[in-house]
Amino acid sequence: MSDFTNNFWNLYIVVLTVLGVLGCAVLLYSQSKYKVAKHNGPVGTTGHVWDEDLTELNTPMPRWWMWMFYLTIVFGIAYLFLYPGLGSYAGKLGWNSAKEYKAELAKADSEYGPLFEKYRQQDLKAVAADPQAHAIGERLFLTYCAQCHGSDARGNKGFPNLTDKDWLHGGAPETIKQTIMNGRHGVMPAMGAALGSDKDIENVAHYVLSLSGSAASDPIKSVFGKSKFSACMACHGAGGVGNQAMGAPNLSDKTWLYGGSAETIMETIRKGRDNTMPAFGDFLGESKVHVLSAYVWSLSNETK
Amino acid sequence: MNAPEPQVIRMYEARQEIYPREAKGRYASLRWLCVWLTQLAFYGLPWLTWNGRQAVLFDLTTRKFYLFGLVLWPQDFIYLAALLIICAWLLFLVTAVAGRVWCGFACPQTVYTEIFLWIERKIEGPRSARMALAKQGPSLRKFSKRTAKHLAWGLVALWTGFTFVGYFTPIKVLGAESFTLAFGPWEWFWVLFYALATYGNAGWLREQVCKYMCPYARFQSSMFDRDTLIVTYDAKRGEPRGKVAKDTGLSVNGGSCIDCTMCVQVCPTGIDIRNGLQYECIGCAACVDACNSVMDKVEQPRGLIRYSTDRALATGMSAQDIRRRAMRPRVLIYTAGLLLVVIAVASSLVLRTPLKMDVIRDRGSMGREVDGGAIENVYRLQIMNTTEQPHRYRIVAAGLPGLVLATTDEVTLAGTETRAVPIRLRAPHGAGQAGSNKITVQLTALDDPALTVKETAVFIVPR
Repeated sequence: MSDFTNNFWNLYIVVLTVLGVLGCAVLLYSQSKYKVAKHNGPVGTTGHVWDEDLTELNTPMPRWWMWMFYLTIVFGIAYLFLYPGLGSYAGKLGWNSAKEYKAELAKADSEYGPLFEKYRQQDLKAVAADPQAHAIGERLFLTYCAQCHGSDARGNKGFPNLTDKDWLHGGAPETIKQTIMNGRHGVMPAMGAALGSDKDIENVAHYVLSLSGSAASDPIKSVFGKSKFSACMACHGAGGVGNQAMGAPNLSDKTWLYGGSAETIMETIRKGRDNTMPAFGDFLGESKVHVLSAYVWSLSNETK
Repeated sequence: MNAPEPQVIRMYEARQEIYPREAKGRYASLRWLCVWLTQLAFYGLPWLTWNGRQAVLFDLTTRKFYLFGLVLWPQDFIYLAALLIICAWLLFLVTAVAGRVWCGFACPQTVYTEIFLWIERKIEGPRSARMALAKQGPSLRKFSKRTAKHLAWGLVALWTGFTFVGYFTPIKVLGAESFTLAFGPWEWFWVLFYALATYGNAGWLREQVCKYMCPYARFQSSMFDRDTLIVTYDAKRGEPRGKVAKDTGLSVNGGSCIDCTMCVQVCPTGIDIRNGLQYECIGCAACVDACNSVMDKVEQPRGLIRYSTDRALATGMSAQDIRRRAMRPRVLIYTAGLLLVVIAVASSLVLRTPLKMDVIRDRGSMGREVDGGAIENVYRLQIMNTTEQPHRYRIVAAGLPGLVLATTDEVTLAGTETRAVPIRLRAPHGAGQAGSNKITVQLTALDDPALTVKETAVFIVPR
């Protein structure tokens, strides 16, 4: 693997590094000796005289120190041989940080894997009743799910509330697990053109409101809207009760994914909605998703 | 005449071996007392038990430092900085008053060298015997003595390395492991590394550490002044030196110094104190002990070499005057600085609450409207119970009229547990202004009202 698009930079670094190490060795060797003429100057000076009478005292460094310097050079060469450091040379040991990360990941998996595996063998409802699994599930949820569904799992605009009994695709433990494993893609087509004028859209919106008995629904408009609602029935059903097989929301309750005002519903009808729950199966692995599913299910169900 | 032959001078010199003679006297005893005190503390502390765990344990894997009843968390890292500041001030103060007494009496380099020298003396004999042994060619006697010495040094070094690691990993577990040598790789590394450092520094490098490696030796002179106590040779009284004259006890030349060179022989850094104050002098006062015992023998007053100050030596001040000069601005400033930091740290330790909380607002939601028009915000409370006992806490939010917790307001944490607790705060319709509102979240232990932390946060009301 080369980190450089052009081999020039690779060579540049190799040459600089090698010259640097060699330079240190040469400097050290050349400076350990100093040639002076015999009988030159008093004893205890290097014989170096400048500015008329200034002399350099011979105050030597201990020899073991010099050898330590040489040792650091040997260490540096050995290091460059074993580890990546010379341009794109990978090093004899083949170490790199990505491998180390994977090794640590594998170590963690082998350490905690058996625990998750134990829960994976159990029924989801049994896992939900286990306090330790609940605590693990909560931590997983706070790490991977809270960004969209909120720390309290009550969702957000466009992100479903997971603590109520209302489910787009079904609230059985196995269904929840399937949702987390494979993700979901919910599409509401833009119905504006199919329904007709703005007036028609407004009427349908008020009919939709009337299905859940909302006080905001205008009775006259909803009567006009009822006839146009047939365009919506294919997915939401005759009474607007929704269809969990398709992920079509129930319109006859007071739970709204995007908001329950006439304006928001009109916008949904006009432009449609496109919503994605990402798949976590490949990322987290089935055993972790198993514990997580049990936790999510327990949010809206008594486990005792 | 021929051109002079070029001569090669080596810029690096081989070490001059030093064989310090054993000094006996007041200061030698004091140094041994320091050796005993510091080493009893170092080797003994990790074996003490407190609250059913090791009393002093720096647990790096769980990042908790246990110091008897005190548990320090990474958030308390400031205390390490404070400890270093205190050490620095203490060093300044002690150095200004009494020079390098730290070096001469309490520095680990000195203490371990003293222990290793004691072993050397027990096995190879006194200074003259050691020098003779070193000059000797290879022999069985020399080989066995050297082997015994290095074995003994190695054992002390290994025990030191073992004890050192015992501060970071439970020492009783480590002790059990050491019978089967079942250390982990890092335990092996640090036991051997610290043992090797002890063996190398106290056995081989010795004064070289003080002369060439120690940074403190480089800057200690900036704390010195003319009133700092130093080990000095009273040249006025000692010179001119010479052989001892039989009748007077003075030298034949009339000075008190009889040129017996005992002060040079006992010096662990190999200097001659009679040449005046030198940077190699670590202030161990071995030469004072040596000279005093010689002065006793020739029936002269003690104190030819003594602790004195530069000014006292020049002006002939009395001991009382020297003590009076100790109260000078430099010393008073160092003392004040030291006291300030010590008081600040002590009060901070006493007043600190062993409970920590961070309030983190959910960033995905700006605040949601629920039934009846009330507004809810979601928070995650990162709660750290830094005591070793479990506690039940009550969460209270305030800052907006009618602000309540929509979730449970009580939470239980086990000892030294950290938990993220999600909470929902609900404000009635119309409370606060659109946008952000300042609120506070307070956490109080039900069984101990002193365990209270209060954090500010923001409550967002959608426009």
